Amino acid sequence: MTWFLLIVLFVPQVVLGGEAKPLAEDPVAEARLKHLAVELRCLVCQNQTLADSNAPLAEDLRREVREMIAKNMSDQEIIDFLVQRYGDFVLYRPPVKATTTLLWIGPFLLLAGGAVALGLVLKRRRQAVTDMPITDEDHRRVEQLLSQGEKRS
Amino acid sequence: MKRFLLPVAIFAVLVGFLAVGLTLNPREIPSPLVGRVAPDFSLPQLHESDKVFSPKELAGKVWLLNFWASWCNGCKEEHPVLMRMAQAGNVPIYGMDYKDRRDEALTWLRRHGNPYVLTGVDEAGRIGINYGVYGVPETYVIDKQGVIRYKQIGPLDDEVVAKTIIPLVKELQSK
Repeated sequence: MTWFLLIVLFVPQVVLGGEAKPLAEDPVAEARLKHLAVELRCLVCQNQTLADSNAPLAEDLRREVREMIAKNMSDQEIIDFLVQRYGDFVLYRPPVKATTTLLWIGPFLLLAGGAVALGLVLKRRRQAVTDMPITDEDHRRVEQLLSQGEKRS
Repeated sequence: MKRFLLPVAIFAVLVGFLAVGLTLNPREIPSPLVGRVAPDFSLPQLHESDKVFSPKELAGKVWLLNFWASWCNGCKEEHPVLMRMAQAGNVPIYGMDYKDRRDEALTWLRRHGNPYVLTGVDEAGRIGINYGVYGVPETYVIDKQGVIRYKQIGPLDDEVVAKTIIPLVKELQSK
């Protein structure tokens, strides 16, 4: 009996363990959730996506999105559901609207402004350079300086 | 001197934008639900769990819906304001116990007083999502037609009540 127990103790035990289960039963649904959740903003911790956030509200919203996926709603329908309740703020990509025009066009306006400023500066500089005529006197001085250099070497 | 004019002007505009930005509260996200019909629900009541609380029963009345929870700090801060409003009796306040435990919510109301005509229990926070709640306390002013007219994000204070809520309620009641 003792021997038997010792043998049992020292025989390597086969560990039976299942693999970690995915969060949802359906890996396709979970992939869709991930894809959607990175597009959506968590409203509590405002610079995190719904996928990153551990806030209770984010968990609830993920649950809600999961359920909508289970109901076979399209991505657009799910996004509309959230926008209806939380506004455009929930989207990481703001839509093009009258109120967001400045947001979308602003950078291009600044770029155009920069280009105009650069053009003006360059033009002014070119004028400043051409406005310096080289006189015969200057030429003579250059010749003189160059010939001096030759002698020195 | 003239060449500094433009950079100074740009700087002034930038400072202007930043100054306005500083006064804005990033936590106040405008609700798209203002002006829309308040989402319907049918929930068990906090005190009598076999009874149902549904906004349909309140048609024809102007009322406040206040989302709160016993675990919420802002609610504690807001509570005396609600108690004063309930005493003044200008508008009925209905509570929504958001993601809370029933026993703790009941204890909380016993300890701090109950300003609510009645309170619904939103245990899973689903009704909160339908109302676009993202942090308690939040308060909605709902008119006779069941349309949301105002949303307060965060605790109510005496100033908001006196300057915004009560005038709005009076206006809606007279319609």
